[in-house]
Amino acid sequence: MNAITFTNVSKQFPKTNYKAVKSVSFEIEEGELVTILGSSGCGKTTLLKMVNRLYDPDEGDIVLFGENIRDVDPVVVRRRIGYVIQQSGLFPHMTIEDNISTVPKLLKWDRKKQQERCRNLMELVGLDYEKFHKRYPHELSGGQQQRVGLARALAVNPKIMLMDEPFGAIDAINRLNLQDELKKIHRETNQTILFVTHDINEAFKLGNRVMIMNEGKICRFDTPQNVIRQPGDAFTQSLVQSAMDQEKFWREYRD
Amino acid sequence: MIEYMAKHPDKLLTPLIEHIEMLVITLLLSIVIAAIFCMISALVPFIGNVLIHFFSIVYSIPSLALFAVLIPVTGLGRTTAIVVLVVYNQYLLLRNFLAGFANVNSNVLEAAKGTGMTKIQVLTKIQVPLSKGAIFTGMQLAVVSTIGIGTIAASINAGGLGSLLFDGLRTLNTVKILWGTVLSAGLAIVVNGVLNVVKKKQEGG
Ligand SMILES: Nc1ncnc2c1ncn2[C@@H]1O[C@H](COP(=O)(O)OP(=O)(O)OP(=O)(O)O)[C@@H](O)[C@H]1O
Ligand SMILES: [Mg+2]
Repeated sequence: MNAITFTNVSKQFPKTNYKAVKSVSFEIEEGELVTILGSSGCGKTTLLKMVNRLYDPDEGDIVLFGENIRDVDPVVVRRRIGYVIQQSGLFPHMTIEDNISTVPKLLKWDRKKQQERCRNLMELVGLDYEKFHKRYPHELSGGQQQRVGLARALAVNPKIMLMDEPFGAIDAINRLNLQDELKKIHRETNQTILFVTHDINEAFKLGNRVMIMNEGKICRFDTPQNVIRQPGDAFTQSLVQSAMDQEKFWREYRD
Repeated sequence: MIEYMAKHPDKLLTPLIEHIEMLVITLLLSIVIAAIFCMISALVPFIGNVLIHFFSIVYSIPSLALFAVLIPVTGLGRTTAIVVLVVYNQYLLLRNFLAGFANVNSNVLEAAKGTGMTKIQVLTKIQVPLSKGAIFTGMQLAVVSTIGIGTIAASINAGGLGSLLFDGLRTLNTVKILWGTVLSAGLAIVVNGVLNVVKKKQEGG
């Protein structure tokens, strides 16, 4: 079954004279890790937020596991979907444990189950439970906060995860570690993940398929190999070219 | 002055107690009503703006005029005074509360919404705890305003420290005027001090 289906979805914000997302259609199977790549303002965040009804489309249908989400209470949709945002968005007045247990608490799990789940999640994202669970977000580094944000989104093992540049503010080494951990988590959970990034290397490394967006439209949606072999349109070509130029730059320095 | 207190302790104590009663009842009612308004505003943000606008206009009406308007409805006495004080407080409380809620980091709000909190849950679990500063500021302003305007309420037979002041003015009794002033200012300072201690404790823990 398809996990996510968009059919002719458009979104125009009030007081603007253009569509942030223009008649987009695609299908994503359960268990795929799709990365969304594109320049700033091309509509990546808008597209993502329509999946958990933070925005509602003006036109078109969004179907998750056979269910048109227009007919489902937004709060219910959101509790089924994990959501990680760029600046982690942790709740500053809550401990790490309470942050991670947000959704289990909303769903009124019993305390023991909450705590056990929190322990497992922190282990999964590489944070020591004893060391960190009582701390507050400001007592953590940026990378550690991102890990907590990831753990919070994973808490009730949602079938769909939305990640909006989750590793944006993290240094290169930690970023690589987190990418590997995300791949591992994805293998273990078989979740369907939509992952927005600016970074072409990240997009091609992580994605089973890469969705390339430009000015509200999808110009390419294919496996990394196919995109690199046959970039197709001009925008994708320039993206791939820029990555190759960068690679060449490094190689020249080394030799 | 000390002599006066020694001779007629009840003449000071009774108005003081009346004033404190008026303050406590007014504050409790004001906070409960403001909390309800905040919930409504959380559900329909537009209403929040309308409420603030409305209460800002009411707030600019002098208290004596408001008392006069209400006397035909609620009569002379404490009820009228409390109604007016509660209405005034709505402006001070709502303005500070809603400004505090709006100031919560937008990433945090989006994350809260994204985890599937209802609007009321976002308000109670995220916005209220993160706006303690603004909430205390609103309450402190309400305390000072209630104690101050509460003295004028004596003019409609609501009792309290204002009766000392008005009696003193009528009979040209300076000692009474001074006691009225000292007690109402002292009350404001003490209550504010208590609120400050609570605020510090909250921030510490
Ligand atoms: N709430 C909003 N109101 C009006 N316009 C908006 C709003 N949110 C986004 N837009 C506009 O919609 C377009 C797409 O924005 P979006 O945030 O989806 O871009 P993005 O691809 O996520 O960019 P970035 O990589 O910088 O995060 C932009 O032109 C933006 O200005
Ligand atoms: Mg974005």
